[in-house]
Amino acid sequence: MSAIKNFIFRRRGRDGGWHWTDIVTWVWLIGGTILMFGPALWLVSSSFKGPAQLAEFPPTLLPYVQEVATVEGHDAPLPLFEATMEDGTTRILAEIRRIGTSAQMVDPADPGERISVRLTDRTPLREVGLAVDNYVDPFLSFDFMRYLGNSVFVTMAATFLTLLTNSMAAYALSKYRFRGRDAVMLLIIGTLMVPLSVILVPLYSVVSAVGLLNSLWGVILPTIATPTGVFLLRQYMLTIPDELIEAARMDHASEWQIYWRIILPLAAPALAVLAIFSVVWRWNDFLWPLIVLSRRELYTLQIGLNTYAGELNVQWHYILAMTVVTMIPVVLVFIFLQRFITTGIAGAGIK
Amino acid sequence: MARFGETVGRVATLPLVLIARAFDPVLRLWQRGTGTGGMVAFFLLPNMAIFGVFVIIPLVLNFVYSLTGGTNILLGDRSFIGFGQYGRLLECGNYLQPLTCREDQFWTAVRNTSLFVLFQVSLMVCVSMITALILNRNIAGRGFFRAVFFFPVLLSPVVVGLIWRWILQRQGLMNLIVTNLGFDPVVWLNDRFFAFAAAIGVSTWAHMGFYTLILLAGLQAIPKDLYEAAEMDATPPARVFWRITLPLLGPNLAVVLVLALIRGVQIFDEAYVLTGGGPGTSTLFLTQYIYEVGFASFLRNPGLAAAASILMGLVLVVLTLIQLGLSRRAERGNTR
Repeated sequence: MSAIKNFIFRRRGRDGGWHWTDIVTWVWLIGGTILMFGPALWLVSSSFKGPAQLAEFPPTLLPYVQEVATVEGHDAPLPLFEATMEDGTTRILAEIRRIGTSAQMVDPADPGERISVRLTDRTPLREVGLAVDNYVDPFLSFDFMRYLGNSVFVTMAATFLTLLTNSMAAYALSKYRFRGRDAVMLLIIGTLMVPLSVILVPLYSVVSAVGLLNSLWGVILPTIATPTGVFLLRQYMLTIPDELIEAARMDHASEWQIYWRIILPLAAPALAVLAIFSVVWRWNDFLWPLIVLSRRELYTLQIGLNTYAGELNVQWHYILAMTVVTMIPVVLVFIFLQRFITTGIAGAGIK
Repeated sequence: MARFGETVGRVATLPLVLIARAFDPVLRLWQRGTGTGGMVAFFLLPNMAIFGVFVIIPLVLNFVYSLTGGTNILLGDRSFIGFGQYGRLLECGNYLQPLTCREDQFWTAVRNTSLFVLFQVSLMVCVSMITALILNRNIAGRGFFRAVFFFPVLLSPVVVGLIWRWILQRQGLMNLIVTNLGFDPVVWLNDRFFAFAAAIGVSTWAHMGFYTLILLAGLQAIPKDLYEAAEMDATPPARVFWRITLPLLGPNLAVVLVLALIRGVQIFDEAYVLTGGGPGTSTLFLTQYIYEVGFASFLRNPGLAAAASILMGLVLVVLTLIQLGLSRRAERGNTR
């Protein structure tokens, strides 16, 4: 037991005491954990609150819903309130309707008697509960299903094409000697210097010239020839021994067969890293789809979300729920990958 | 578990294998006709074609655009005006006061971006340095904490912007904290100072995990025996930091610095979703200026946007060249 305790609270202090750096470390790590996850958790919690609760201040930590009761003589369930009566006692009453500054209420146990209560004399009865409508409505009545579909299509198509074209180029650049190879490599590295924001206007006119404006392919195609991907795959393929290729050629394998039967399976770890990068990049893309897509039915999730959030009358209860939906794939990537985060991504990211 | 993953992988790649196999006979013919050289061309073609069409051609066209005038975005309908757009951007009474310039929005964006880069990069380097040093210590749950700081890096800028817009709104979490501490609530994003600070804080929050990992990789490459030797000599920790850690981390630190600079200059997405450039023009940054002049605003002027993006590109080219040199040095340092 004390071994476990010693392991968890490994300290710098020689005599088992707390050195100041130990305190700083744990304050920083625990504070950091709250700061990194807290905002997302707050978003998730808020996304289950109804519109009325979202407008309240101070906000509650957990989502609540108003309790309701079915009362004889009324078809729909009525909301329950705790009302203070004139004699100072409190009773639990259901609201039938509001009239001006007072409400007509009824005791669920005694449906015959109508009681008039001023609005200021009552507080709603609430219990912890989830406003699931926030999630259901956007899919039924807004275009969110379509946005989701567009995002999934763009992400999958772009990732597939990125892996294919980048691995083919990387194979040629790592396993063949030909004139101009260094020039091609230099060109690819050079394009690292050309971020989207620098070529926005001409890229738009090129995409419009090839007829891809307002098309999901106009979003996909310009993104797939990533210099990072070619670089990453080439570096990895350089470590695959040439003898394997020579042996395959002896067996009359064609160059295309060597590529997909030998090189691709062996480069699987690098391909997996690039696939994950590509999924996150394309799912999160914002500026370029914002420019190419102007028809609503083509919006990706990110653009749709930004459009709804930019409207004059922001419907936060829907936006928060859809933000959570948008976050889900990335959270899944995070959960599956956190073991590898420290090793692989840092090295690849520098380039 | 491993075998399960293998099976899943095999099933998922089966259609691709079938497609690849279908191409076999065609490409064998192609190879017979053109030789290995033809195959190299075939492998390079898709990637290079896309590079050419969507990167190289736009790059060249950008210069052409910056020399033309008018509001039409199709190049054929634009008139050649020479360096007029550059002249318009650079015409200014006093560069430190954007309102005295002809393109006051451009210079506001330049000033905002410079201030943003200055503060955000300093904050970013400090925070990720401290985090990396702490994560490099021999603590329990190290792997978990490393992942924690990487979480926001994966979130989309729209999600990041909306999360923080929600926290900073009038009835939001931030005001709950502030009122509990006894202060008056603030509408954070309607205040020029706080909106700017929020853009800095939020973008640091979103990206610090990435830089922390680069620094951590550098810290772990420092040979342990150096620290052991220092401990035997009873060197004070501060001295160990200044004399061993910092010099040996130098290349990685430089990469982080320049990379953060490059990204900082291009700041757009999360700031745009968070503040939309406001209140007023207090968080208008260069990329948003280019986007709005090029596509969005009433006074659309693609030539002006192209000229502005070329000026921004020049800054980025210089920064990238520095970064490439430094990362090569860092790589050599890490493998040593």
